[in-house]
Amino acid sequence: MIQEQADAVLGHPVHPDSNVFVRILEWLPLPEIIPGWVVTFGGVMLGMSIFLAVMSVLVMFCVWLERKVSGHIQCRTGPMYAGGWHGWAQSLADGVKLLLKEDMIPKDADRTLFWIAPAIVLGSIFGAMVAFPLSYDWWFGRMDLGVFAILALSSTTTIGVVMAGWASASKWSLYGAMREAAQVVAYEIPLGLSLLAPLFVLGTFSLTEASAMQSGWFGMKWAIFTNPFLLPAFLIYVVAALAETKRAPFDLPEAESELVAGFMTEYSGIRWSFFFFEEYAAMLLMSVLGAFFWFGGFESPLTGALRASGMEDTSLVFSLVCFGTVLFKGFVGIFLMMWLRWTLPRVRIDQVMTMGYKYLTPLALFCVLGAASWEALQHLIFS
Amino acid sequence: MSNSTSNTPEKDHKSSYRAEERRTLSSGEEEFFFDVKTSDMEVNMGPQHPATHGVMRVLIRCDGELVTGSQVHLGYLHRCAEKIGENVEWLQYLPYTDRYDYLAAMNNNLGYSMAVEALMPGLEIPRRAVLLRTINVELNRIASHLVAYGTYGLDIGAITPFLYAFREREWIQALFEKICGARLTYSYIRIGGVFNDAPPGWLKEVGHFCDVFEEKWKEYRDLLALNHIFIKRTAHVGVIPKDMAIDFGLTGPMLRGSGVDFDLRRDMPYMAYGEAYEAGAFKVPVGSGEKGELGDSWDRFYVRVEEMMESIKLVRWCLGVIEDGPIIGEIPKVIKVPAGEAYVGIENPRGELGHYVHSDGGKVAVRCRVRGPSFTNIAVVEELMPGTLLADSVAIIGSTDIVIGETDR
Repeated sequence: MIQEQADAVLGHPVHPDSNVFVRILEWLPLPEIIPGWVVTFGGVMLGMSIFLAVMSVLVMFCVWLERKVSGHIQCRTGPMYAGGWHGWAQSLADGVKLLLKEDMIPKDADRTLFWIAPAIVLGSIFGAMVAFPLSYDWWFGRMDLGVFAILALSSTTTIGVVMAGWASASKWSLYGAMREAAQVVAYEIPLGLSLLAPLFVLGTFSLTEASAMQSGWFGMKWAIFTNPFLLPAFLIYVVAALAETKRAPFDLPEAESELVAGFMTEYSGIRWSFFFFEEYAAMLLMSVLGAFFWFGGFESPLTGALRASGMEDTSLVFSLVCFGTVLFKGFVGIFLMMWLRWTLPRVRIDQVMTMGYKYLTPLALFCVLGAASWEALQHLIFS
Repeated sequence: MSNSTSNTPEKDHKSSYRAEERRTLSSGEEEFFFDVKTSDMEVNMGPQHPATHGVMRVLIRCDGELVTGSQVHLGYLHRCAEKIGENVEWLQYLPYTDRYDYLAAMNNNLGYSMAVEALMPGLEIPRRAVLLRTINVELNRIASHLVAYGTYGLDIGAITPFLYAFREREWIQALFEKICGARLTYSYIRIGGVFNDAPPGWLKEVGHFCDVFEEKWKEYRDLLALNHIFIKRTAHVGVIPKDMAIDFGLTGPMLRGSGVDFDLRRDMPYMAYGEAYEAGAFKVPVGSGEKGELGDSWDRFYVRVEEMMESIKLVRWCLGVIEDGPIIGEIPKVIKVPAGEAYVGIENPRGELGHYVHSDGGKVAVRCRVRGPSFTNIAVVEELMPGTLLADSVAIIGSTDIVIGETDR
């Protein structure tokens, strides 16, 4: 039913049966003699590289942004030299430096686990990113249950972190890993519950459909405006997302003044940068997910205006606007996370646990019940 | 565990448990405890660890996150300062005093100079020198407390206050650079006075600094000291009751944080402090248990924050009364100190910094002993640690505000 509603809102099916890779292959003038499997294989490879490139650039931009934001919050300027304009190439320079650094593995470390852990962390977080549609027309992987995919894959990073902490054969790393496990288990519940509230309102697990459901009111029928219980649910989501992404004030797994660098203590070079990448990728993931389920996803007055002017949802300009809108919303969320990180002290592990289990989980349940009852009430009155 | 898998006959299995695992109930029934115990883990916090503020090593025994015991190991930065004092001339030792508490070098200079001056009865220190000494020592106290403020924030996880604090500290260092050429190890306060007069406009700039700092201070207090998470992290943590503080010989903000109203600047006045206190130029902030209980980490921290403001008032008062005049008393090129011994304690930012000097009338001290406040204050850490969480142990070490250069000397 929701699928039909969303289709009706947009005027066409929300999931066209083609993704970014197929589109690119269709667009390329390939001669007929190339066998089909080569095209498919090439398409997959090309798609993967495009996906990794897009996401890596976004993550590198986050890293640069973090440096600039922290710099300006702390009365500094942040990077200014690399690349010329406001140090835009700082992340690239750092990446090259990290690639060239000596790859150190401690003598007592479990080499296999030590080697696999960063791959699991990075792989799962990029895997979760596949579920994000770039616009109504562009997507990497078709997922009707996108939220499940994102939550499941982003939680898998914890396994990598615990693995890294255990394999490092360092007590500080082990502390970091145990803290990460405890924290993520505690906050997974409020995170999932707080997401349930907008899911009730929008009635879909698919991100594209969720966005399409919020396209009314000239692109401003955002879920958060339609149900009073979604605001508290969003606040819970913010806290839980901070804890999930190990960002301050919940950066206990890496608490640099207590645990040196937590689970990353023994890592260096490019392996370390995988964990670093994961942190920013997770931030992007959580921010964009929040944007999809509370703040309209692709929808904004701009898309409303374009739609009113008769532009097709599948046109190139509209797709670009959608992508830009959702990225902008995501970066607002990321900026908020950075702002919090450079302002607040860190909480203690018992306070983290208390907050997760004693306050956030019951509150999130209350929000879910409230949002559901409100929807039921609306349904009874208006139909 | 091994017993239960061994070939012990069935009827004997009860005796295979240790006494503490078995209890006979009043009904005559026997009860067994199969409590799974995990062994404690020993972790080395340090010598290179961000929480130890230098090269100190704290051996912590942990049961998970819970700290069950700790032992502080010192001496990684031992540089034989006291022995050097017995081998170099009186004035030559002055630069070495800079090095033990490197965050409060002016105070160290003053402590040593006053100890030597106490053995030279004829020496009179000009008033301008006294006031210049007071201004610089108080500015140095602010700089030192700013580091304490910033690094404590770092320990608790707030990074930004550290950089704010260092911005103001940078200004103080620039002021010191103008008056003595050095930014960290000043050797400015000499035996008999100070070695350089304030350059033109310097006193005015100090006044300007005071005006700006007063505004900034309010921001800093609100940003960190009154932050809700910060209070949650530090209140009720590492509580030192009044009598415990006295028993451990704590001094400075550590002592005053526990509610003991004792400050050498007021109670055993030296330099211009007695006069300033009578003129109402400063108060002695004492911990009140406002956010938690008396003597917790927050109290100690807040005493330091308040002391910065009192120091500003003191500097203002000095700027009001300072006049032109000589800056150093009659001191020969080669100092020979009359035979005798003297102990002089001054209020360092960290507590009582005592210098004991013993002279046989020669150019070199017979004995030069330093009573460092950090060294005494760190002793209480071992007592506070058991029963806290690992994160608390960092908060406790941070709240003692030690400088390793001085604990080890």
